[in-house]
Amino acid sequence: MPMTMNERPLSPHLQIYKVELPMMLSGLHRITGIALSVGSLLLIAWIESAVYSAEAFATLNRLLGSFIGQLMLFGWTFSLIYHSVNGVRHLIWDTGRLLEVKEIHTSGKIGLAVTIVLTVLVWILGGGFPGGAL
Amino acid sequence: MKHRYRNPLSIARGLGSSKDGLGHWWKQRLTAIALVPLVVWFVVSMIALAGQDRAHVLSWLHSPFHAVILSLFLVMSLYHANLGLQKIYEDYVQARWLQLSSRIATDFAAVLLAFAGVFALLKQAFGG
Repeated sequence: MPMTMNERPLSPHLQIYKVELPMMLSGLHRITGIALSVGSLLLIAWIESAVYSAEAFATLNRLLGSFIGQLMLFGWTFSLIYHSVNGVRHLIWDTGRLLEVKEIHTSGKIGLAVTIVLTVLVWILGGGFPGGAL
Repeated sequence: MKHRYRNPLSIARGLGSSKDGLGHWWKQRLTAIALVPLVVWFVVSMIALAGQDRAHVLSWLHSPFHAVILSLFLVMSLYHANLGLQKIYEDYVQARWLQLSSRIATDFAAVLLAFAGVFALLKQAFGG
């Protein structure tokens, strides 16, 4: 931290607050956003290798089929679905709706449940994990 | 409005305390709205393409519809990601030079990736 300009009081720091679901979900929105930014590199790599090089495409598929590759792909799937679902929550808030504390907790739980169900569903339909397909 | 605390010049500029007005916020919402249907389409498409060989993927990319929508998804994603990353640098990177260089590097990277991606998709759509 650089030195403070004057002695004005600071707003309460992170560790002052009780950890609650909405703040966890808010943090997760940023974290999944960063993960998706990195994931967009994977999408580009997939497109470039598919179009330009059979070898590169085979290598990429081999990497994605490995244990770590599958884990990354699963994380990417989760991040994409979570960020999208929670993003819709944000868009609803922007219209001025569902902003009561209770509603924020409820929509958070619903969003999380929807994310988990959709992630598992997409993963099953995509044939991930068991055979290490893709 | 009975009493205004804001200077008339600041109201006319419309830039607010953040110094860049509503521009960032608005673009973030617009790209978010565009991405809702695009993400659904993308996920369904990736499920269909999972486990397919390169020839199948290439013939899928050859379709103008797939090429256009995937290009849109790519460009919107990179635009939206760039907007989000800019805010993250503003919030967490304190050193001015590092914040500015991160922001510029990410701006450039987003444009480069978008061009590279869309060019490959066009090449496949017109040629391949």
